[in-house]
Amino acid sequence: MSAAQASNGQKRRVSIKDRLIQQKTLIALVVMIVIVSFLNPNFFTTGNILNILRQTAINAVMAVGMTLVILTAGIDLSVGSVLALCGAVGASLIAAELPIVVAVGAALGLGAVLGGMSGLIIAKGKVQAFIATLVSMTLVRGLTLVYTDGRPISTGFTDTADAFSFIGTGYMLGIPVPIWIMVLTFAAAWYLLNHTKLGRHIYALGGNESATKLSGINVDAIKISVYAIAGFLSALSGLIVTSRLSSAQPTAGYGYELDAIAAVVLGGTSLMGGKGTIMGTLLGALIIGFLNNALNLLDVSSYYQMIAKALVILLAVLVDTKSK
Amino acid sequence: MDRLLRLDNIEKSFPGVKALDGVNLEVTAGRVMGLVGENGAGKSTLMKVLTGIYKRDGGTLEYLGKEREFGGPRQSQEAGISIIHQELNLLSELSIAENIFLGREKVGFPGRILWADMYRDADKLLAKLGVSHSSRTRLGDLGIGEQQMVEIAKAISFESHVIIMDEPTDTLTATETEALFAVIRELRESGHGVVYISHRLKEIFEICDDVTVLRDGQYIGESAVGDIDEDQLIEMMVGRKLEEQYPRVAVEPGQVSLEVSDLCGPRLSNISLAVREGEILGVSGLMGAGRTELMKALYGAYPVESGTISMQGNAIGIKSPQDALAAGIAYISEDRKEDGLILGLSVKENMTLTALSDFCSVTGHIDQAKEREATDRYIDAFNIRTPSRAQEVGNLSGGNQQKVSIAKGLMDRPKVLILDEPTRGVDVGAKKEIYQLINSFKEDGMSIILVSSEMPEILGMSDRILVMHEGSICGEFSAEEADQENLMACAIGRSRPIDEPRKETA
Repeated sequence: MSAAQASNGQKRRVSIKDRLIQQKTLIALVVMIVIVSFLNPNFFTTGNILNILRQTAINAVMAVGMTLVILTAGIDLSVGSVLALCGAVGASLIAAELPIVVAVGAALGLGAVLGGMSGLIIAKGKVQAFIATLVSMTLVRGLTLVYTDGRPISTGFTDTADAFSFIGTGYMLGIPVPIWIMVLTFAAAWYLLNHTKLGRHIYALGGNESATKLSGINVDAIKISVYAIAGFLSALSGLIVTSRLSSAQPTAGYGYELDAIAAVVLGGTSLMGGKGTIMGTLLGALIIGFLNNALNLLDVSSYYQMIAKALVILLAVLVDTKSK
Repeated sequence: MDRLLRLDNIEKSFPGVKALDGVNLEVTAGRVMGLVGENGAGKSTLMKVLTGIYKRDGGTLEYLGKEREFGGPRQSQEAGISIIHQELNLLSELSIAENIFLGREKVGFPGRILWADMYRDADKLLAKLGVSHSSRTRLGDLGIGEQQMVEIAKAISFESHVIIMDEPTDTLTATETEALFAVIRELRESGHGVVYISHRLKEIFEICDDVTVLRDGQYIGESAVGDIDEDQLIEMMVGRKLEEQYPRVAVEPGQVSLEVSDLCGPRLSNISLAVREGEILGVSGLMGAGRTELMKALYGAYPVESGTISMQGNAIGIKSPQDALAAGIAYISEDRKEDGLILGLSVKENMTLTALSDFCSVTGHIDQAKEREATDRYIDAFNIRTPSRAQEVGNLSGGNQQKVSIAKGLMDRPKVLILDEPTRGVDVGAKKEIYQLINSFKEDGMSIILVSSEMPEILGMSDRILVMHEGSICGEFSAEEADQENLMACAIGRSRPIDEPRKETA
């Protein structure tokens, strides 16, 4: 009887603490929305909120892949470059009027392969993730510039191009398609992390690699998988960007890896691996998205915007560290 | 007598747990106070309260006749209370002298380090402790015992009055332990007060003058070591009389399950062994004899150059732990924090990690209800004391962590279970529970390989004992013919017992 009570008490305590940690980010988000809504009445309107969410989707989808990577105690600096190359390849296949399924499939597949290669170098070559993905970041950016010859690639003015633009500009049930993609990506990642073997293995690997290996788990396969997923999701973001602009820019995604990492860290995931939640990352990405928009509406110059963003991230991380 | 330190009626609570409940401790100049108790009895918490890492909820701390409050380890150290932790806090790339004076380097103008002075002072300290190295030696080049001496030198350099040693001999060899004891005696002579925390009751009787016993966060009593014997001390620690410590069960051994022949690898030569169903095969030997290497080799986690491993007569290739587990061999590591458990994950997530596939559909979906049910069954069967299956494993006591580690290996239902030091860092009560578990696996017909440095454990549990020396097996004993002397003689590479005079010459 008393043991049962103790066990219930423990459960409740843990979940309240967990919820508070989650809510800290949520509270920050809500406070920000409330304040900005008072300062600018155009902020809290359906149109603007949907606009923000649509813009956030690009970073948020990448941040999902980054979360998986960081949970294994790794890092992926190449996501921005992969976004650019896959966007460019997708654009040129659309321009060549290949079926959309083929173009999209090829771009996503390329992203997975590029990410998987980083994973392979990290797992089999025993290269630190930071170095390995720094190499692929530079290499893939170079490939993008070679492929595009440094010029934007237009998707063209064909029916295929029109249909392709649905990904970035279309609506379903009154909600922009990129938001649907973001929601589905998060749902899938949540399921992966909480209900599948791979998810459990990702947490285990980040928590203690040596013990995970000795538990008979193929650690290399997990590493390759998470980087491949990160590459796949970067490609997905690249397709959203390309579709929205109807063209692929060779410099697209420049510096995006830092926004993705910021979203993950704001969401409370530990860079040491093994600890963190996907819903935290969603909140982190939303904070960055809402903050960007709010600073725009408040007429803050883009120079000061960067400073403000840096300070908000610093503040959030400090609060998070203090409360641990 | 000169009282240095007095903790009186100390209380400390954590959410849901009363960690310390009215605990007392007295340290007197020129005496060594032993502090004993099972894991989780509150020894470490008490030391953390003393050094100011935790704030106490109640009670008084009197140091050098004055009531004190330390804000943190830095303050207590400066006041003259030094603590030498189980895990050494030293930097292996720095010299001995740099380690001793870390953060307190002697500096001249303008911030230049006075190396000559520092080395001279450090050398003096080392000489006092009988360490033969120059203080310019890189710390990483020292053995673990010598590194411990450096920690002690550091403690003395603070002009400490009270020196606390937390399980100092866990990693030491017998000679190093002797040297440490000589130093402790010298500290006692020179009027220091020493607190000696240890699991090893023998050492308590050898080196301590008094002993304080804690159990479940409560103060059980203090006694002069001369007024008490080992049985009484154990009784105070566990709160009950300890019956037969090694409850051996008789099981008729079955077929040979695992057979190894002529296995070679780095630091392993020509290993041949066989273990039967329902048999406990003990593996004894000194540290560094290659026991862990051999076990890891059987588990696919250590390179094998030649030789064969077979299960039930069929040769199997083992290249990774996956292969070993598939063949029915499970290995429970000696180092549960580094190689065994994932401390940040829950009891449940750790337990099912190895056998997770059993709880999954083909798509990798985990059947959480089934997983919870299995976890609860093991928590029950192993009597694992945890508030819930969702508790982080890092928060459990050593003995309970070890049980989780064993449960994790068992979930996969192995035919051969390799237990490497299963009771290291585990308290007396939990040890017995682990022995009973091992026996129950034996009764179920499992083959068990038990590696242990504790002679009584090997002797009490095993049906057959192999002794390793420098990477090969140098002796085999049945349970009847084995005793401490002939195992030890074999382990140090002699072909005959130490005390027995040589009868014939070849």
